[in-house]
Amino acid sequence: MTVLVTGASGLLGGAVARVLVERGEDVRTLQRRPSGVAGAHDVAGSVTDAAAVARAVEGVDAVVHLAARVSLAGPRAEFDAVNVGGTTTLLDAAERAGAGRFVQVSSPSVAHGGSSLVGVGAQPADPAHARGDYARTKAAAELLALDRDGAMHVVAVRPHLVWGPGDTQLVERVLDRAARGRLPLLDHGAALIDTTYVDNAATGIVAALDRAPAVHGRAYVLTNGEPRTVADLLAGICRAGGVRPPAWRVPAALARAAGGAVEAAWRLRPGTDEPPMTRFLAEQLSTAHWFDQRATRADLRWTPAVTLDEGFARLAAHYRERGGR
Amino acid sequence: MTSPTTAPLRPATLAPAGLPGLDPRFSHRLTVPGGDQWHYLDTGPELAARGLEPRGTVLAVHGNPTWSYLWRALLPATLDAAAAGGPVWRVVAVDQLEMGLSARTGRQRTLPERVRDLDVFTTTLGLTGPVVALGHDWGGVVASGWAVDHPEQLAGLALLNTAVAHPADEPIPAPLRAATAGPVLRLATSTTRAFLETTLALAHPPLPRAVADAYRTPYRHADERQGIEGFVADIPADPAHTSAPELHRIAAGVAALDVPALLLWGPRDPVFQDRYLDDLLDRLPHARVHRYEGAGHLLAEDVDWPPALLAWLTEQVGTGPAGAAGAADTADVADAPARAPLWAALDARADDPGPAVLDMTAADGPRTVSWRLLARQVRRIAAGLHATGVRRGDRVSLLVQPGPTLTALVYACLRIGAVVVVADAGLGPQGLTRAQRGAQPDWVVGQTKGLLAARALGWPGVRIAADPLHPATRRALGVAHTLLDVADAGRDEVLPPEPAPADEAAILFTSGSTGPAKGVVYTHAQLSAVRDVLREHFAVGPDTGLVTGFAPFALLGPALGTRSVTPDMDISAPRTLTARAVADAVRASEAAIVFLSPAAVLNVVATADALDDADRTALGGVRTFLSTGAPVSEELLSSAAAVMPAADAHTPYGMTECLLVTDITLDGIRDAAAAPDAGVCVGRPVGGGEVLISALDADGAATGAPGTAPGVLGEVLVRAPHLKQRYDRLWLTDRAAERDTPPGRWHRTGDVGHLDADGRLWIEGRLAHVLTTPDGPLAPVGPEQHVERVAGVRRAAVVGVGPAGVQQAVAVVESLPAARRRGLAPDALAAEVRAASPVPLAAVLVVPALPTDIRHNSKIDRARLSTWASRVLAGGRVGAP
Repeated sequence: MTVLVTGASGLLGGAVARVLVERGEDVRTLQRRPSGVAGAHDVAGSVTDAAAVARAVEGVDAVVHLAARVSLAGPRAEFDAVNVGGTTTLLDAAERAGAGRFVQVSSPSVAHGGSSLVGVGAQPADPAHARGDYARTKAAAELLALDRDGAMHVVAVRPHLVWGPGDTQLVERVLDRAARGRLPLLDHGAALIDTTYVDNAATGIVAALDRAPAVHGRAYVLTNGEPRTVADLLAGICRAGGVRPPAWRVPAALARAAGGAVEAAWRLRPGTDEPPMTRFLAEQLSTAHWFDQRATRADLRWTPAVTLDEGFARLAAHYRERGGR
Repeated sequence: MTSPTTAPLRPATLAPAGLPGLDPRFSHRLTVPGGDQWHYLDTGPELAARGLEPRGTVLAVHGNPTWSYLWRALLPATLDAAAAGGPVWRVVAVDQLEMGLSARTGRQRTLPERVRDLDVFTTTLGLTGPVVALGHDWGGVVASGWAVDHPEQLAGLALLNTAVAHPADEPIPAPLRAATAGPVLRLATSTTRAFLETTLALAHPPLPRAVADAYRTPYRHADERQGIEGFVADIPADPAHTSAPELHRIAAGVAALDVPALLLWGPRDPVFQDRYLDDLLDRLPHARVHRYEGAGHLLAEDVDWPPALLAWLTEQVGTGPAGAAGAADTADVADAPARAPLWAALDARADDPGPAVLDMTAADGPRTVSWRLLARQVRRIAAGLHATGVRRGDRVSLLVQPGPTLTALVYACLRIGAVVVVADAGLGPQGLTRAQRGAQPDWVVGQTKGLLAARALGWPGVRIAADPLHPATRRALGVAHTLLDVADAGRDEVLPPEPAPADEAAILFTSGSTGPAKGVVYTHAQLSAVRDVLREHFAVGPDTGLVTGFAPFALLGPALGTRSVTPDMDISAPRTLTARAVADAVRASEAAIVFLSPAAVLNVVATADALDDADRTALGGVRTFLSTGAPVSEELLSSAAAVMPAADAHTPYGMTECLLVTDITLDGIRDAAAAPDAGVCVGRPVGGGEVLISALDADGAATGAPGTAPGVLGEVLVRAPHLKQRYDRLWLTDRAAERDTPPGRWHRTGDVGHLDADGRLWIEGRLAHVLTTPDGPLAPVGPEQHVERVAGVRRAAVVGVGPAGVQQAVAVVESLPAARRRGLAPDALAAEVRAASPVPLAAVLVVPALPTDIRHNSKIDRARLSTWASRVLAGGRVGAP
């Protein structure tokens, strides 16, 4: 099977491409930078570039679409261009190229607006109520993708909070802030959050690819199925990275308000760095987010192979090998 | 009908669309001879359209100031039941004239007219075939009137919070007295909406706004509310009232009914209080009755009641005319062996000058009552109670501290067939009030403290003071008799005939650790069986001697025919019992058996250092020692056994509903410790008892066919000669406890556990506390035992957070030393707890103290902890559990 993986220079995209290469698929990748995946054929370019996309999908049997603008802040138009425009371009091209399967990698944030999620399944994507530009544009993209389900089997998979060695989104941010003493616990840090170790997310996405003929048209949340408190998770990451876990607390309401203000300030100020706190992040860190994984596991015939504790051990080994951060 | 046709002030209207829960297609109008226009709800046309032939009709009559909207949930419920293959019942729910959407004629209608009106309606409608009359509030009177007048059609009578009679010597309830008083009447009922709004405000929880608005729909204007005024004016507040004779006629007629009856009751009703339920039960002693604790006057809004009515229709109501279906109970008394009555030993030893009861709690030293004296006291009190008016079947609440007086009272009541109501202080003041109101004793015998509570909290029953009282105190407490007067009245010792074995003997109350305390009814035969199983299993002979530091068992000595002694303690607070007090009691009575509760055992062990050599010698004579009421650890039992070195230590397993199910000795517990099973091993059934397990399904429901396969986790079912008869006024609870049980008298205990290959029973928690995880149901006690082995943990509860089926397990622990604040456990403790737990834990929380029941201080309220943990772990406030 020839499979195109977009966004393979990222943590999860790379992991997906490697799983596919290892089991002998013909893997092509599409992203601006080299993917670094041995055995894969890189096509350089952006998903917003129709010509590059057309080249990339030529002759593929399946597409796994991970490329996205992932950030907590930034110009609104950029999110729309990459996450909505890019997905549309890719869907068009994949259909024209006669691809039989399309896995849209999405996010649980497409379906909720800031409240606690306690043991829920995958609810419909809702761009109108999604929080922040990332969630809004990913929600729109997921709807666009599922709308194309037909001759091409489309499945949406929403891994929640993917982390692991080499992760710059969650792990590095946590360690960086904790090291600088700028990582508080919001409220009591007692909200339960389910995360996904990167290898589990990768095998889950590949499982969705394999099961697309049976489960197409649906969306699945993907997690380790091991909810832990925010405090436990942050402590686990910090210990793996050799950094003292956070000990000071900030009321979540204050953090949300501050996050909103900081976000607004960052929008006005020049620069491409990310704000230290956003309303979205404050909500993520102070409300519960965990999911009913029964349908995911049953339908995709998949179970996560790496437990949280094993994941932390691998993360610690990663930092030990690197001789610290 | 010859009355002239007059144009109504407002004709009947159909129900508008958009009223929550009411499908307008059920709304119909009917003009009867004489011109009156009725509005009513009817499923008849719908059933006809579906080709379904009803086996009968439920004729529903609302009260004041509601309308047929009250019954809206019944219509779709009956249709759904019919669609599901159940019996087909048509529902006709009328709006009484001047009420709801029926016509306003400007006439004030009296009760006899309303009963006739309803007859005219059903005649005009052509209602044939069996009819079940259903009514609420004053609609209950009208429905009962129709029932009494149509014996050929009547198939059953179902009533919700209503009354057909009022004691002549008592004032009517204050809220109504106010409303019926002259000028207030018009102002409250029609000029303003006060009466309507007050009624709507009686819902628990409050009505949704749209539902309250639906109730207001037909009563927007003052002239639409004249029916409300007329109804209130028609309440026969005194015997001279126009409607009083009709009310009396209906009340007498109801008492003569032998059709199946159902009484559904909301106890939080300021008007139709429990005494009216009591009156209805006197008239309809065969009625099925369920009191919904926490619900009130608007019962139909407070609870999901149609399933109860449907179940009753299906099981109890025949299709034929009146009386076709009996309501016989299926008590299997016939095949039970004849047992000696509870007072048999007392009679046998009536001339014995030896000690029967010793009371070590008396301030002026131990008090000894001989068999001869006790037997005479029992005879005199029994005869006196009878002379005072206490009759067979009357309920007598005993608010008397354990001791010789209570013992004499209990046996006196049993002897004359009065039903003893025993609710102990362990229920707390609120629980006690609920219990007293629920049981509705006819008589209360109390010491000053109990009488004060009875007076202050308005507990029912004619009051008899157990102690001599100053006349002023006596008046203040509303005491009608004193026990001295009673005994004096019985000095000729003329006793009424003995009660029969199947007669009710006692109502005991559950601890209330899993919901409101429930009254548990025992017959004489069943209490005799309790005595027999204790006597046989623990080899109690005439000279054995019992020390009882546990209230229920303190009363059994005379029945067992051996002397019993209450050690010096506050018997309602077992933790006040010291080792020395036990030694004193053993010495005074030369007792061979010591009966204690777990809390008492704990303190006895804690105070064992104070024992001197003489004490130890006395305790060395104890042959059998029991801890009962809740599980105790092997360590604690071992420590207690060390205090009584010659004694076999037992921990029987039982419950208020079946006081002795299984038993295990300390040696048995030590054997079981080697087994890999989860839970607390409680041994094997005793005394002809049997145990079955009904397996749990993925949703945590006990749906498995009851069996004895080892290793299957499920609900524990028990059967024994000494099992309770039923719950008191909790028909739905009875049904749930007997659901899908094998033939015979079985009881679902609500406990979960399993049997092992050796036939031993292991208890793993309460059914209500089972977690439903993605990996299946999980009982809490097994994991808790592992967590409690962690050095820093004193007690642990494992509870679920999240929706059923995907729950995550969370440990909530009392740490050593006790945590000062509630919240996440410190990292190190959490890591140890996780390492010890056999199941993954999403979080480990600490609290200074786990919430427990009052009676045993040992049954952890896991439901409350689950709610609390769910809130905390969703990022909510860390308040108190």
